[in-house]
Amino acid sequence: MKLLITFIITLVLSINPALSQEKAYLKVASKKFTENVILGEIITKLPSDPDLIITHIRELGGTRILWNGLLKGEIDIYPEYTGTILKEIFAGENNQTENFKSRLKKLNIGITKPLGFNNTYAIGMKRDLAEKYGINKISDLKNFPNLQFGFTNEFMDRNDGWPGLRNKYQLPQTDVKGLDHDLAYRGLDAGSIDVIDFYSTDAEIEYYNLKVLEDDLKYFTEYKCVILYRKKLEALYPVFINSVKKLEDTISESQMIKMNSDVKIKGESEQQVATNFIESRFSIDVNVEESKFLDRLWHNTKEHLFLVIISLTGAILISIPLGIAAYKKKKFGKVILGITGVIQTIPSLALLVFMIPLLGIGSWPAIAALFLYSLLPIVRNTFTGLEDIPNSIRESAIVLGLSPSEILKKIELPLASRSILAGIKTSAVINVGTATLGALIGAGGYGQPILTGIRLDKVSLILEGAIPAALLALLVQWLFDLSEKIIVPKGLRI
Amino acid sequence: MAITLKNIYKSFNSTIAVKDFSYNFKKSKITVLIGPSGCGKSSLLRLIVGLIKPDSGAIEINDRLLTDLNIQSFRKRIGYVIQDRGLFPHLTAKQNISLMAAYTGLSDYNILSKIEQLSHLTKFPSDGLQRFPAELSGGQKQRVSLMRALMLDAEFLLLDEPLGALDPLIRYDLQKDLKEIFGELKKTVVMVTHDLYEAVFFADEIVLIKDGSIIQSGTIDDLIQSPADPFVTRFVNAQRSEIITSRDN
Ligand SMILES: Nc1ncnc2c1ncn2[C@@H]1O[C@H](COP(=O)(O)OP(=O)(O)O)[C@@H](O)[C@H]1O
Ligand SMILES: [Mg+2]
Repeated sequence: MKLLITFIITLVLSINPALSQEKAYLKVASKKFTENVILGEIITKLPSDPDLIITHIRELGGTRILWNGLLKGEIDIYPEYTGTILKEIFAGENNQTENFKSRLKKLNIGITKPLGFNNTYAIGMKRDLAEKYGINKISDLKNFPNLQFGFTNEFMDRNDGWPGLRNKYQLPQTDVKGLDHDLAYRGLDAGSIDVIDFYSTDAEIEYYNLKVLEDDLKYFTEYKCVILYRKKLEALYPVFINSVKKLEDTISESQMIKMNSDVKIKGESEQQVATNFIESRFSIDVNVEESKFLDRLWHNTKEHLFLVIISLTGAILISIPLGIAAYKKKKFGKVILGITGVIQTIPSLALLVFMIPLLGIGSWPAIAALFLYSLLPIVRNTFTGLEDIPNSIRESAIVLGLSPSEILKKIELPLASRSILAGIKTSAVINVGTATLGALIGAGGYGQPILTGIRLDKVSLILEGAIPAALLALLVQWLFDLSEKIIVPKGLRI
Repeated sequence: MAITLKNIYKSFNSTIAVKDFSYNFKKSKITVLIGPSGCGKSSLLRLIVGLIKPDSGAIEINDRLLTDLNIQSFRKRIGYVIQDRGLFPHLTAKQNISLMAAYTGLSDYNILSKIEQLSHLTKFPSDGLQRFPAELSGGQKQRVSLMRALMLDAEFLLLDEPLGALDPLIRYDLQKDLKEIFGELKKTVVMVTHDLYEAVFFADEIVLIKDGSIIQSGTIDDLIQSPADPFVTRFVNAQRSEIITSRDN
């Protein structure tokens, strides 16, 4: 037991460096798409104040998670888009661009000027075809009713997608195909589709040599990239904020497309691409430590174990007494089993997200969600393990003159041990698997390479998370099978 | 009087298990409760050891009213043996026997010598002491149950069909041994059986029960010669003819 506690404390310290040393830490965060991750890497590598250690929490699950994290000070800075600020963060409020700047100011959030590029919906076609017909702007499409349009399903449905676009530009094309993003690109390449929608900084623009048609009637909302940060940083880390401001108006669309394509198509790492950018922009040398596979694996393993061990230990410590209480007081038991049962039915992702307003982002909300998730199997198995003890045995113990607590300790818990252990095993295995979702809220672990792998469509990265997670689940199962021989009394194994 | 039951009533939901039951169990005598299955025999023992509480009526132990407060100390003075499945499966025979003794502050030496004495008394092979219940035969298990009940020198011994689950030959051996033990220890014994011959074999006094009430108590001769109710004769004859028909076979 002591050994276990020491191990857990060591693990906590080794993963949470803030607890072990006194240094200044700053947390950059990014959303879970490549462009945002690259920008996050760039911010992380900016020239900054001495003694400031900047870490990057990559690939968080959504705008709300980042925005709330920023408000609460769990993260310090992240790249955002003006359209998102208007339409999502301050959605429903009467907003003009100027308006949201003062709103941000009141919230003590700083904002940079746009970095340059605009990542919005765009309409485009193959460059050679566009040149052949002399098409430069969306208005020009009016003159070519026979062009075949193929749009993503999302774009077809959205109010600010195809229906609005057709109205605004009075486009004559009616036979429009709705299809998947990848298929649209392939159709374009094969010549069966002439015009498609995409985001204006997609890596594929360069790869397929597309021409982005100018939105001459200004139909699409601007999604200019800006950087949001906690206002406090200006006073605390002037050098760093100065560097951040130097990014203003420096990245054009074609540059962003190039960086995206370097990662998504050429397969370079975000770190490498970010480093190249910073070296040319700031004329400095940046050390890129390309993380080695084993280092990454060890790092992810530590993070993953941290989530699993803390949440499972907590669940065991709470669930066994709860299961005992449920067994002793049947009415209370119904309530407890009901509540833990309901928790179990909440989809794991939803449970993770529920934790954010309470605990913010990072390991702790993930641990809390995993903890809640692990309760039911242990509570239920403790309860049924005790409940299944034959009455004759319990009564023999009572008549012998043993007190209720002695009976619990000497007779009932040992007899229920196999069932309790099975419950813990179930929880542990579920826990190991579910913990991979923790990466979505910044908890790291094996979910991190899986997320990146999905984003970059890189199977090797997905496996880098999925295989160790599966192995860990097997290991856990094996360890529990082994511990059954130690924990379950010999007399019950005959 | 050792154990006195006064006008005990006990029902479970709509089933009446014990009805207006009054009886004095005499000190150092063997009293056997007999009657058809479901007549309330086990319920009576469970009432005495406090596993269930009477709806009305009183139980006195050596003229002291049994209450929630003194039941626990009374339990240390009784030994209780049930048909089967009463042993703790996760403990060895020896641990089963000595579990309670360890709590009463008996020294290890005293515990060991007591166990040795008991295994001699109950004719239990001492190499079986390290075995778990699952590794013991039915007869051996009952001998261990008996040792556990006798470990703290209980004043009262309550046995609920202690031989019920055993096959006939083993049962016969254990009957003999048990009678010897009773004779040697001179305890106040209340034993439940549904077998008239076993009752006759052990009893100083037989108590015949039907539907939760006493029909008649006394010796077997009393039951045969002056039956209090036609049921008594029917009950006695039924078990007699069982033997006769089985002899015919
Ligand atoms: N815990 C209980 N719940 C409900 N009914 C019970 C319970 N215990 C005993 N009974 C009923 O009470 C009656 C007497 O049972 P019991 O004392 O076990 O009889 P016996 O031991 O003579 O066979 C039976 O009808 C039985 O079904
Ligand atoms: Mg019975």
